[in-house]
Amino acid sequence: MADVITYREAVAEGIAREMRRDTTVVCLGEDIAAAGGVFKTTVGLLKEFGPERVWDTPISEQAIVGAAMGAAMTGMRPVAEIMFSDFLACCWDYLANEIPKVRYMTGGQVTVPLVVRTANGGGLGFGAQHSQATENWALTVPGLKIAAPATPADVVGMMAAAIRSDDPVVFFEHKALLATKGAPPPPGHVVELGRAAVVREGADVTLVALASTVPLALKAADVLSGEGIEAEVVDLRCLVPLDAATVLGSLRGTSRLVTVEENPYQGGWGATVVSIVADEGFGLLDAPVRRVAGECVPLPFADALEEQVIPTVDKVVTAVRGLAAY
Amino acid sequence: MDTAGLLACYERMALIRRTEKAAHDLFLQGLVKGTTHLAAGQEAIAVGASAALRPDDYVFATYRGHHHALARGATPEECLAELMSRATGLCKAKGGSMHLTKAATGMLGSYAIVGSHLPMAVGAAWSARLRGTDQLAVAFFGDGATNIGAFHESLNLAAVWKLPVLFVCENNQYMEYTPIADVTAVARPAADRAPAHGIPGEVVDGNDVVAVEEAVARIAERARAGDGPAVLEAETYRHFGHSRADPAAYRPAEEVERWLKHDPLDLARGRLAELGVGAEVVAEADERARAVVERAVEAAKAGPPPDPREALTDVWADGGAAWRT
Ligand SMILES: Cc1ncc(C[n+]2csc(CCOP(=O)(O)OP(=O)(O)O)c2C)c(N)n1
Repeated sequence: MADVITYREAVAEGIAREMRRDTTVVCLGEDIAAAGGVFKTTVGLLKEFGPERVWDTPISEQAIVGAAMGAAMTGMRPVAEIMFSDFLACCWDYLANEIPKVRYMTGGQVTVPLVVRTANGGGLGFGAQHSQATENWALTVPGLKIAAPATPADVVGMMAAAIRSDDPVVFFEHKALLATKGAPPPPGHVVELGRAAVVREGADVTLVALASTVPLALKAADVLSGEGIEAEVVDLRCLVPLDAATVLGSLRGTSRLVTVEENPYQGGWGATVVSIVADEGFGLLDAPVRRVAGECVPLPFADALEEQVIPTVDKVVTAVRGLAAY
Repeated sequence: MDTAGLLACYERMALIRRTEKAAHDLFLQGLVKGTTHLAAGQEAIAVGASAALRPDDYVFATYRGHHHALARGATPEECLAELMSRATGLCKAKGGSMHLTKAATGMLGSYAIVGSHLPMAVGAAWSARLRGTDQLAVAFFGDGATNIGAFHESLNLAAVWKLPVLFVCENNQYMEYTPIADVTAVARPAADRAPAHGIPGEVVDGNDVVAVEEAVARIAERARAGDGPAVLEAETYRHFGHSRADPAAYRPAEEVERWLKHDPLDLARGRLAELGVGAEVVAEADERARAVVERAVEAAKAGPPPDPREALTDVWADGGAAWRT
């Protein structure tokens, strides 16, 4: 294998590894087979695993996710692709009402081991209906696990954990990260769901980030370091299960918290993180908490406008400076 | 269907009818919370179809699904206990009337979002194919569901993938309170649309258990042989209103009368008589059904309430509900 791998290649690699070890893993989605996915995240799967395991579907989001559910209930481990995360709204019934509730309302009789993968987030100028960061939608639904990796190695490791999970997982692949590169993970690499990573150590402030905001927080940390402020960066990796222990542990050392999230401030995951901290870690804080989040507007098209409404390095740096002076 | 088979179907229908009556009475006594959607009058579809299916086939139903659960092996006691919020209920009292599920016997659930389970049945049929079995998946749904997008997405996907799934529409003529004919551009809401998706669509007398059994057996054989999905529209009528204590005053009296005369139990009794089965044999079947349901009501009533701690179990496959560390 090459000594670097892109995030988009890591998606196909992660799925392929699981398909090799478990014949119940099958893929379905629009353009995923012959075309290799509109984001080229499933290149090579059809060739290696054939049309009985890699299925092109019609443009039928309800049928894709509903059929994945039925297959998962009856012995398969389907990996369904919804092209853009905005389109999750077309099959929202399955994510909000069917998949997450069936285990509970059948008294534990039926499990739904499936993965719904989707390209999430802005930064590429796709306009309002192809750019939303929607992980906060899924976060409102008890019964879904939510993964959002930031690096190619995590894509592979978390894909393994997601596919092996007996619970349903919504797997957000960030569009702005698809071309990023990293070291290829070793064989058998698995990143347990619900384990955050401290990706930079620092004593002055904790930046909690997810997916695209992880590299952003790291860049902000570099800038801040030049000003004598050392930021610790926590990559949450998953929203459910949420690794609150790592966040609280980091705060023990820093006593200052900034969450950096792309989804809108209104109802975003940062609100959940800060409410846990307010409940259980209030005594650890020496300053108010800050949330750098998307503005509560649909994503605009032009770069100059989009930059106004999603988190940037400058916004993170400004938020931290304000806290450092507190 | 042979005589013994028909007698067994009759007894099962009688059992369902009595269980539905008991559910209604228990609701009126305040012992059943929420709502019920009774299927009295529609028994022949569940029972006839089940007679044509194998025990390892998959069934998906709607909130009007008591008859399917009972036809697919759930006992009146576990169903009534579920309705009465007892720990002994089919789904540990977490499902209720609208979600009767018995996965162990292939009753993969009752779903309360209209039309939502059709794609699931497609997926179960797909899974059967992937696993190399010749199991079928059957989705039972109401006429109202045929105007939902998921119906059309499911028919198309099942057709292009040639999956062994049977779409069985229980056309009881009404959605909640609106006649289906008032809001649908074709006369047979399911069967007329099937050909547009490349699927054969048949209509059957849904109150005739023999006709249903024969039709389902025919389309099941076709699907098992690899010839793909089929739509069966079973014409029927619900005896009760849509739900709860709905007196169904919106239905014209002569229409109700006409359908009540076309009762599935009466039809089966007539067929049994034609086959030379004596009235006393039928009466014995009725008596057995009565006794089972009577005991079921008492046993279900005596069931313990659920342990409140159960509210926080069964979200995840590890049995728990923890969403964070
Ligand atoms: C998506 C959705 N819309 C509306 C409802 C409310 N609702 C419950 S039952 C029903 C009527 C459905 O009629 P039909 O499909 O003919 O089934 P039947 O009740 O006659 O068996 C409606 C509108 C619902 N449960 N789900």
